[in-house]
Order: sequence, then C-alpha cells, then structure tokens
Amino acid sequence: MKLNGSSIVMEVLIDHGVDTVFGYPGGAALNIYDTLYKYSDKIKHVLTAHEQGASHAADGYSRSSGKTGIVFSTSGPGATNLVTGIATAYIDSVPMIAITCNVADSQIGKDAFQEVSITGVTLPITKHNYFVNHVEDLADALYNAFRIANSGRKGPVLIDITKDVTSALCEYEKREPFAIEKLYEFSDKNLNEIAEVFNISKRPIIYFGGGVLASDAKNELVELVEKYDVPVTYTMMAAGVIDYDNPKNLGLIGMHGSVASNRAIDEADLVIALGTRFSDRVALNPNKFAKRACIIQIDIDESEINKNVIINYSIIADLKQALIKLLPLVKPAKHTLWIDKVTNYQKVTNVRSENSTIHPKDIIESTCDLVDKEAIYVTDVGQHQIWAAQYIKHKNMKSFLTSGGLGTMGYGYGAAIGAQFANPNHRIIHFTGDGSFHMNLNEACTAVSYNLPIITIIFDNKVLGMVYQWQTVFYGKRYSETILNRKTNYPKLADGFGLTGFEVNTLEEFQDAYKKALEISGPVWIACNIDKEERVLPMIPSGGTIDNMIKE
Amino acid sequence: MSTREVISILVKNQSNVLTRIASLYGRRGYNIDSLTVSTTNDPATSRITIVFDGNEQILNQIILQTKKLEVVKSISILSPEQSIYRELLLLKVDCNKENRSNLVEIVNIYRGKVISLTKNFMIIELTGSPNKIDGFIEMINCYSIQDVCRTGITGISRNEHI
Repeated sequence: MKLNGSSIVMEVLIDHGVDTVFGYPGGAALNIYDTLYKYSDKIKHVLTAHEQGASHAADGYSRSSGKTGIVFSTSGPGATNLVTGIATAYIDSVPMIAITCNVADSQIGKDAFQEVSITGVTLPITKHNYFVNHVEDLADALYNAFRIANSGRKGPVLIDITKDVTSALCEYEKREPFAIEKLYEFSDKNLNEIAEVFNISKRPIIYFGGGVLASDAKNELVELVEKYDVPVTYTMMAAGVIDYDNPKNLGLIGMHGSVASNRAIDEADLVIALGTRFSDRVALNPNKFAKRACIIQIDIDESEINKNVIINYSIIADLKQALIKLLPLVKPAKHTLWIDKVTNYQKVTNVRSENSTIHPKDIIESTCDLVDKEAIYVTDVGQHQIWAAQYIKHKNMKSFLTSGGLGTMGYGYGAAIGAQFANPNHRIIHFTGDGSFHMNLNEACTAVSYNLPIITIIFDNKVLGMVYQWQTVFYGKRYSETILNRKTNYPKLADGFGLTGFEVNTLEEFQDAYKKALEISGPVWIACNIDKEERVLPMIPSGGTIDNMIKE
Repeated sequence: MSTREVISILVKNQSNVLTRIASLYGRRGYNIDSLTVSTTNDPATSRITIVFDGNEQILNQIILQTKKLEVVKSISILSPEQSIYRELLLLKVDCNKENRSNLVEIVNIYRGKVISLTKNFMIIELTGSPNKIDGFIEMINCYSIQDVCRTGITGISRNEHI
C-alpha cells in the first residue's frame, strides 16, 4: 500500500495503540496536521497553548498511564519549545516520542525560515534521535522509536521529519511492533551470594526509586518487604508504591527526607537499592552515605552501578524479573528490634512559622481527605513540591507526578492536562507555587477548552520559596530577586481565562472553596495565601549527612 | 589509580555517529587522549578507537555510558598484552647539507620513510606502536622540528573473536 509520510506516521502510531497525541501545528507540520484531520476519528489531538505545555502533557500522560507519550510540533521554535519537556522526561526516564517537522530537505542547512537542527539540540537529552529526510526510512525510525523509548531504561526519542518526506509517497506494510525484551543478565551464583547477604544482615533497609514503577514491580517489592520484614524508604519518584500508612514505611529519603529514613540508612548494615540511582539529592555526601552498610543495587542501567556510590553487590536486570528470581532464595526473617527502633524515629516534621495563618500541611491533608483515594497529584517545583511529597498520604502508583531529576518549574499544568487525558475518570489535583505557576499558567486555556476538571492549588507566599529559604539559611537573608510580590489577582485572571478562581486566607476558607471546586465540572484555581517564612523541613544541606540535618 | 586504556568501539556506520560519541564525552566531562575512526570490512560498521587516561571508575563509566548509545554495537578494552596498537606519524623537520644524512640514518633505523625532501626541510612518515613513535620524536627533538602530526592509536585484538 502506497502512503505518504504523514499517513505512515499515523499508521505506525495506531499500530502501537496510540489514540492521543499532544501538540501544536505550524508551517512545516502542515502535511502532518492535514493527515491528522483525516485520522481524527482514530487519533485525538490535544492542542495546548505552547509546545512546552504539550511536551509536559505527553510526559504526564505517560507517567500516569505507563503508555508512551506522543508530542507533535513544527520546525524551529516549535521544536525548541519542546526541549525542556524532553529533558524533563529524559532525566526521569519517561517513555515519550517527540515528532517534529523540519523544513524541506532542499532547504536543510541553508538557514531557512524556522529551520533548526533539533536533532543536534536534543542529542544530550534523548535516548536516541532520528533525522528523516528519506521517506523510505520513516517507518523504520518510528518503529524503532517505540522500541528504544520503552526498552531498558526508558526515555524520550525524537524523530525530525523534513516537510517533503511528510508528503512523499512510499510503500508501507503494516508489521508487528518490536517486542520489548526484559533485561535479565545474572547468574544463580550472583543471586545466591546476594540472598546470603540478606540472610546474615541484622539491620537491613530497602531504598527504592522510580525503577519500581517502570518495571511494574510493586507486588514483588511488597512481598519482599513482608517476607524479609524490612523497613523501606523511597525517592520522590516512587511515592505511592508502598502505602504511606504501612508501618514499615519510613517516608521520603534524602535532602528533605524524614529523620527516620535518613537515620535508618545511616545505621543500617544492609541497604537494598531497587530501581534507583543514588542521586545527589539522596546521597548528599556519596562518601558517607550508608557508611556502615553493605550495599546491594538492582537496576536496569548498568552505568548506574558505582556511578555515585560504591556498590558491594549488583544485579543488572529488569527489577521485576530480578525480584521474582530472588524472592524464593530470601529466607523469611523477623527484624523486630531494628524495625521498632527506626519506626520510633520521627517520620513527619511539622514546623510552623510564627505568623503561620494557613499551613501547607493542613492544605495538603484537607485536599487529600476530601477527595477520593484514586486522585492523581501533580506538582510543579519548589517548596510546594516537597510539601506535597512529604504530606500526601500516597497510596497508589503512578499517582504522584513530579519533575524529580530536572526540577522543572512550570511542569505541573501541562503534566496535569496529560494525566487527565490518560485518566478521564480520576480527579487530578495540581499543586503549585506562585513562582512555578506564573511560568506556564497559559495552559489554563487548554484546560478550559477541553473542560478538564483539574483543581490547581497555588501556595502563594509572594516569594520564590525554595530559593528564598536557602537565602535565609545560607546567604544571610540577602533576598536577591526572590521577592516576587506579583500583583496577580487569581480569581480575576481565572475569570479572564473562563474558569473559576478562589483566593483563601484560612483553612476554613480553603475547605469551603475546595468543596465548591469538587462540584465544578471545569478547571478551578485556589490561591492560598501562606506565610513566606514557612520552610521545608527537615533539610540536609548539599554535601551533608544526617549529622548536619536542620530540623527546625 | 590512574590507568591508560585503549577502547575499541564498533558502531553503526551512520551520519552523526562521531557527534553522538563526542557529545556524550563532552557533556559527561570525560577527557580522551586520542580518537580515530575507520571503516571495517562490513560497510554497515565503523570502528572507533579511543585512548583514555584516567582512573578506573571513570573508565568504567565511559564504557557503560557508551554502551547505552543506540549506534554502538559493541565495546571492548584492548589490553596491551592481547592487542596490537599502531599509529602513523608525519613529521616535518628542518635540514641542510650537514645534517641530512644523520636524519636519514635515524629514519632508517626506525624503518620510517622520507616522503618529501627540499633544500631546507624533509617530511618523514613513520608507522608503529605509540612507544616507537614517542622514541623517534625524542631522537629527532634535537633537530629543528617544524610540525608533528600523529593519527592517534588504532588497535586490534590478537584474539580470534573480540
């Protein structure tokens, strides 16, 4: 069957089960969008306000569903606007495919209108990228993009297609998508050794990360926790894998992790690191991290072994496969004394500023209490993000979407939109700060256009909170460019966008507004005026250890 | 502990392959001594030979990070005992009636070739192991060297399969 390049794109997407794409049209993408018009009964296109919003939406769609997120854009600025979204997905290992159009091949390299070498730009932030200027290569590139995005350590792939290719005809034959192989390269000897370390350790702890979600290993992890009777701590990427209320759950690890988690890691004689990478926000001082412990790491990415922290035993594998093999070799154990000890350490820190009116912890807890348990929480980046990570009583996988590695302010609104399309029956709650919100609040128009009932809760402290907090503690209160004091009137601005906005000063006002918001069928903002001196605690400064922890 | 290793990478012969490798090393801050690219008997495959000087942990990271690139088919360390390294040198040196024959004598001892000769300078070609090239340059150093051009190491394993 002869098809043009644009139709080949649509056919391959459909063959991979894609029914939703996010994007923004433009000159070089005209053929693609013309074909999309014909395929509109099979592929739903979500038009955002800005390509960055579309890229975060594709990311949020993927994180909340496990499917591959797809984003379209035109050439030049359309493509460069995707960059932050692609980089965000890359560092958090999110499978995503960006399809950009470029100028016609005859114009490539001639500084044509809206020409940019997006494959060059995205080289460091994609698992792989393709520049397709021959229509015969297009189907291969697309099929491989799905394979690469979803195999091994997942991540984004970009395909840049010249405009002539999008209209050129080529023979196209439907084929089977590549099977995604589960990496599994370890010996029984290796496994037995590791199981033996398990069986002789007295003070073990599991520290897990986003790899548990990527490998869908929750059940195996839960089984290990129960059988081996071991306390757990987790990175922000993995909130919700183990029920927050599980007594063995010590809370978040790292810079703003709980006292219990960080102290337990410090005292442990065995750290079992599952699907995680010892980032500088976890192992703040890699030489002193878990210094009394033997460290076992199971990860799919071999380059993460010994990258930041020296590992004693490792398995390179898909986590689920590795745990299935390991579980029968681990003897049932009881670590009662150890668990009693570490669960007595402080799990929740609750420090309020002197002028506290409405505290973030109360807002977050009220939010969670009044909404159904299946809600998906999305954050931007900064203080509110950490408060959300700390205070939401996470219960479900794939229901806490946050830019963990890149720390992208402005991630939230787009990601919330993507999550809503992937989960039309779930309530989406978007926590943000006044700094982050101003970065991409233009996506409100997208939420209004599609009538998405996303509730955005803005922690408005009139400052760039996290940086302000660092300046308070480490920079002698020299508040260089962090006093935002925006004059934005959120209810009025919301009205202008065509949505409902509230502004609240007390917890009662918040709860009233929130109850109303839950009844409204479209998007809502609730701006909460919080005190600028509220801090994120506890905190271990960069390079520090539990001994340097700031608790109040 | 510092280590010097020669790494051999088989890559898909596509445009931008070198950019991908160079970009990876650039952004991760890996310093390399030399890098050569050549075709193999398989037109779909090229060989990149990299010489790296640094500690073992970074070497390990280079190998593992390189392995993750889609264009990389395989990567191996060419250990000195199990491999042959060669390098090509082109060297331009001033010469005159008095010292010309001395220079030619040294070139002959090293089994190099004089590939261009004028009244005032000669160009010498020499192939060999990096040590031999270093030794030769050391010998010529007391003459007035105008220019030195080395290809960097290319290497191959002595084993049947790598």
